Amino acid sequence: MTPEEISEAAQLPTRPRPSIGRWIFVVVVVGGAADSLYSLVVNKAVQWRLVGHYLFNPSILQGVVVTIELTVLSMILALLVAVIVALARLSKSRAIRTIAFIYVWIFRSIPLLVLLVLWYNIALFYPRFGLGIPFGPTFVSVPSARLVTALGSAVAALALNEAAYASEILRASILAVPKGQSEAGIALGMPPKTLFRRIVLPQALKIAIPPLGNDTINMVKSTALVAFIAVPDLLYASQVIYESNYEIVPLLLVATAWYLAIVSCLSVLQIFTERHMDRSTRRSTNAQIPYRSRMRILE
Amino acid sequence: MTSTSECQSDVSDEPREMLAAKNIVKRFQSANVLDGVSLTVKKGETVCIIGPSGSGKTTFLRCLNHLVKPDAGIVVLDRTLIGYRQHRNHLVELSERDIARQRRDIGMVFQQFNLFGHMSVMDNVIDAPVRVLKRNREEMLDEASKLLADVGLAERAKAVPSQLSGGQQQRVAIARALAMRPKVMLFDEPTSALDPELVGGVLNVIKAVTASGMTSVIVTHEIGFARSAADRIVFMDNGQVVEEGDARQLLESPRHNRTKEFLRAVL
Repeated sequence: MTPEEISEAAQLPTRPRPSIGRWIFVVVVVGGAADSLYSLVVNKAVQWRLVGHYLFNPSILQGVVVTIELTVLSMILALLVAVIVALARLSKSRAIRTIAFIYVWIFRSIPLLVLLVLWYNIALFYPRFGLGIPFGPTFVSVPSARLVTALGSAVAALALNEAAYASEILRASILAVPKGQSEAGIALGMPPKTLFRRIVLPQALKIAIPPLGNDTINMVKSTALVAFIAVPDLLYASQVIYESNYEIVPLLLVATAWYLAIVSCLSVLQIFTERHMDRSTRRSTNAQIPYRSRMRILE
Repeated sequence: MTSTSECQSDVSDEPREMLAAKNIVKRFQSANVLDGVSLTVKKGETVCIIGPSGSGKTTFLRCLNHLVKPDAGIVVLDRTLIGYRQHRNHLVELSERDIARQRRDIGMVFQQFNLFGHMSVMDNVIDAPVRVLKRNREEMLDEASKLLADVGLAERAKAVPSQLSGGQQQRVAIARALAMRPKVMLFDEPTSALDPELVGGVLNVIKAVTASGMTSVIVTHEIGFARSAADRIVFMDNGQVVEEGDARQLLESPRHNRTKEFLRAVL
């Protein structure tokens, strides 16, 4: 370039690089999606009139309530167990760490559906539940059938399964809190419990919320498995209806619409929670300060 | 203060001694990081520890409040054995709770500040006094405001740490440590993570703290600061104290070759 060309080029505005590839991609994807949606809308087999008719059917609404109940109860129970398991996994005692590891190993290995059915049928191999000393005498006992309802075994199975996963999320989140944070708390003379409650847990939860939100959404759909043990959830309610009128597709779409609605609400909730927690600690600088070791004379 | 006074022992019998470390040994994977380090600090005295990277300065400082547990040797604060209880002719390790109680008398300032990222500046300062010392919250808010004013950050009480510069964060960290009304302050390379133009402000605050009569141990690379703030300077190398003495004397006429080499390299 000559000096004149350079000074002329220096005056020119810049423009972002055109991206034809991206445009083609968008056109193909949007076109494909629109076509599938259209074919679904005009599809005779779907019978949209029936979908609208059953959308607010009382037994479907009852099923929605049961699905939400199952999700909330199982998730709360799962989180309580998960905190304990996560702490046990981080224990100083090797024995406690091993026990927690075995818990995670077993409950991540058993398919949720198998776990559900096993819980539901627990009376088959443990006819009575009792309280006593291991391998020793039993003080009180009741028949299992009275303790284990369909709903109860569903919550237990969902929670035990989820706790195994959530404990791993919490463990990783606790480890992700910078070590300096606990050191500062220790140096201020905080006893271990205060340190965990005031310093480590709040910061670990912030890290854990996106993956836990993910798991909660997953849980909503996992609850559909309880239809296998006749808990009247959303899917079971639709099944009951289509088993009598054979309108399988419309009723499955009714259920899908409700799952979509519940998950959408949860997604919005997750975005707000993340934004709320982010406000207090935007860009945690503690971890970002470059390490520099300098020697200088101060006059 | 029941359990602290129970821990009193007659290991130290000179009343003017505020902090004493005797023969501290620490190994990491069989390498001796500290090889029998002793230090005595009198009440109101300021001691600076200097030395090359990896000489064990920071590890030694962390042993003083049992953030690092020494493999051998003892620390005595104001005639109280730290981390152990003497039982006839042996030392029994204290529980984490009891050690935590002892640490309340030892303030610490870290190289990376370590302010609690999820709390405001004010909460950083008052949290431990309120939760741990059970001080009255309102009273503590007053006291913390004064402390923050002392470090020049009265207006930033509501800010969160990530909104502050490194120098400001470090000054909050100093206020946080002082809020516990400690008997001793430990500073671990308090300006090493700061941008050059922020170092001066932090050093001025530390100087004000030492000038107020606070017993202080400062690990630092700022030789000029050590000269003007320290009563005594300790030079460490290879996990040992090579030389210690009056600040001016050690910097101007060091006795050991290793000290001379080090000072020639940094000055």
